[in-house]
Amino acid sequence: MTLAPNRHASAQWDVQAPRTPWLHRIAGAIGALLVAACVWVFWGADAWHERTSVSAAHLGASAAPSLEHGAYLARIGNCALCHTAPGGAPFAGGRAIETPFGAVLSTNITPDPTQGIGQWSANDFWRALHHGKSRDGRRLSPAFPYTSYTRVSRADADDLFAYLQTVTPSARPNSASPLAWPFNTQAALAVWRALYFWPQPASLEPDGASPVAGGGGVNAADAPGPARGKYLVHGLGHCTECHGKRNLLGGLVPGNELAGAVLPGVPWHAPSLQDPSQAGAASAADTVALLQIGAAGGRFVGGPMAEVVLHGTQHLTDADAQAIALYLQAVAWPTSPVARPAQTSNADPRAARIYEDQCADCHGKEGQGQAGAYPALAGNRAVLMAQPNNAVLSVLHGGFAPATAGNPRPYGMPPFLLQLGDADVAAVLTHVRSSWGNQGAPVSALQVQQIRRTQATP
Amino acid sequence: MAQRTLACTGCHGPQGKSGPDGYYPRLAGKPAGYLVNQLRNIQEGRRHYAPMQGLLVTLNDAYLQEIANYFSALELPYPPPVAQRADPAMLARGQALATQGDRALNIPACTQCHGTALTGVQPNTPGLLGLPRDYLNAQLGGWQTGQRRAQAPDCMAHIAKGLRDADVHAVTSWLASQTVPEASRAVAQRPALAPGASAIACGSAP
Repeated sequence: MTLAPNRHASAQWDVQAPRTPWLHRIAGAIGALLVAACVWVFWGADAWHERTSVSAAHLGASAAPSLEHGAYLARIGNCALCHTAPGGAPFAGGRAIETPFGAVLSTNITPDPTQGIGQWSANDFWRALHHGKSRDGRRLSPAFPYTSYTRVSRADADDLFAYLQTVTPSARPNSASPLAWPFNTQAALAVWRALYFWPQPASLEPDGASPVAGGGGVNAADAPGPARGKYLVHGLGHCTECHGKRNLLGGLVPGNELAGAVLPGVPWHAPSLQDPSQAGAASAADTVALLQIGAAGGRFVGGPMAEVVLHGTQHLTDADAQAIALYLQAVAWPTSPVARPAQTSNADPRAARIYEDQCADCHGKEGQGQAGAYPALAGNRAVLMAQPNNAVLSVLHGGFAPATAGNPRPYGMPPFLLQLGDADVAAVLTHVRSSWGNQGAPVSALQVQQIRRTQATP
Repeated sequence: MAQRTLACTGCHGPQGKSGPDGYYPRLAGKPAGYLVNQLRNIQEGRRHYAPMQGLLVTLNDAYLQEIANYFSALELPYPPPVAQRADPAMLARGQALATQGDRALNIPACTQCHGTALTGVQPNTPGLLGLPRDYLNAQLGGWQTGQRRAQAPDCMAHIAKGLRDADVHAVTSWLASQTVPEASRAVAQRPALAPGASAIACGSAP
């Protein structure tokens, strides 16, 4: 088939057109776009990032970094949790971080000169945190959440670096992450970064005080307001890395950074920090208690967040915990009556019996729980969330609340994964979600099976 | 404390008396140092049992010690031993290994570290009596394959790897057929080294 030349085109165009099929022209245009995209991805984006985010050298290292403050930042940023293998030396790396593209192994950040970061400078460290590049210029995997750490101030980065240089060196060698091609390539990281990494304007002091703009930012210690909370939540605390909604390529969806998401590998659902039917915080006092103690209002944190509280947030100062609470309160949606599915009327006698036999001793015949020991199930948001993952995982795996300074002797729930089959777990959860005024959707045996299947078998 | 540790007794039986089969060992009355070492081994991946590791990741050393102390202090009667179908020669071989070892194979007597009565030595060495044969077999097998490990130097891994399969069955059959003595608790000190025997370095019982 012959395509007629565009009648508005030039004479020259008219002459050449019949000899150049449209397909070729489109292919050429696509090719040019691809070349431009590649140039942008491999050179432009990074150069632009470096320029707009103000280079490390421009800011300069702190003259007298605070080790004590650095140690505090390492704790609340939870560096050791990911950078320590189970049973391994602290900060020596080797823990597998699950991503949708495979596991990424954390690295040795002890001051060992060959295997760790002993030869790094404060500028190198700042560049890794702020710009996601290693000392040798390699692009780092965003499993190291520089997408958040780019908001960390230069002063905080320097304190953190100074502290890390004082931990016990370990010669544990780093090993390559078992990622499949192409996810293990620098090219893939370049593309990902061009699409989803937005380095933030560099600031010298916490709270967004910019030395460039000369705007004297609020001192963190003086003003534990929502601005400080935002700095911690979106920066060093890297809360959005789990609680943010991601697209298919693993990029955070703008505007949904606190919207909640199912974690890769372990299908815990990191709840929305805005939706009041999930973990949206109506009460600042509850948020403070949850972060510092791991328990609030008769309920306890579970799943991966329990480890975050144990190793990290329980060490937050009152001022910082309060600041985070105020910020989360400010971004929480107002509580509104939610349309719930009609209550199921067909009570399942088998489910009621399972509840009676396995659950009622601790959680109470009316799901009322026991103060300070076992959470109430009646009116419990974690039990009622539309996505039943966390309720299913709690039944299958049980667990202890984190043993924090504020709750040093927690009570535990046994795992039921060997006692209760998929249909039993589904039945008893459906019973719990529709009793004592609870109006949650039923849980199916298929849902339980799918969640159970993702877990390691004993 | 019983109420706080329901997550443990769900599998290990009421008061940590042991589960219904050979899989979940008794906790009650074991030396506290041994129990806390096992809690840490599982927490840190030297012993592998995913459901238990999941329970322990949110606990700290102080609470693990308290849990260990609690189960260690419980006094519960032991059930009578289950009759073993092993033939007398095998049981005799088992008894010889347990009480004298085998110099030719470089296998020390169990009693050298676990006490003359095999009820354990405080604070870190467990008793070997009152345990099902399946459980004992699984532990020695685990040490042979590296599935179960302890703090280095891992003396039991070294010993288990030196045992032939027939010897594993012999010694576990004999141990499981013994009645736990009235004085069932771990003794205060290791017995004196038998003439000609050499001491063994154990990371978990220094």
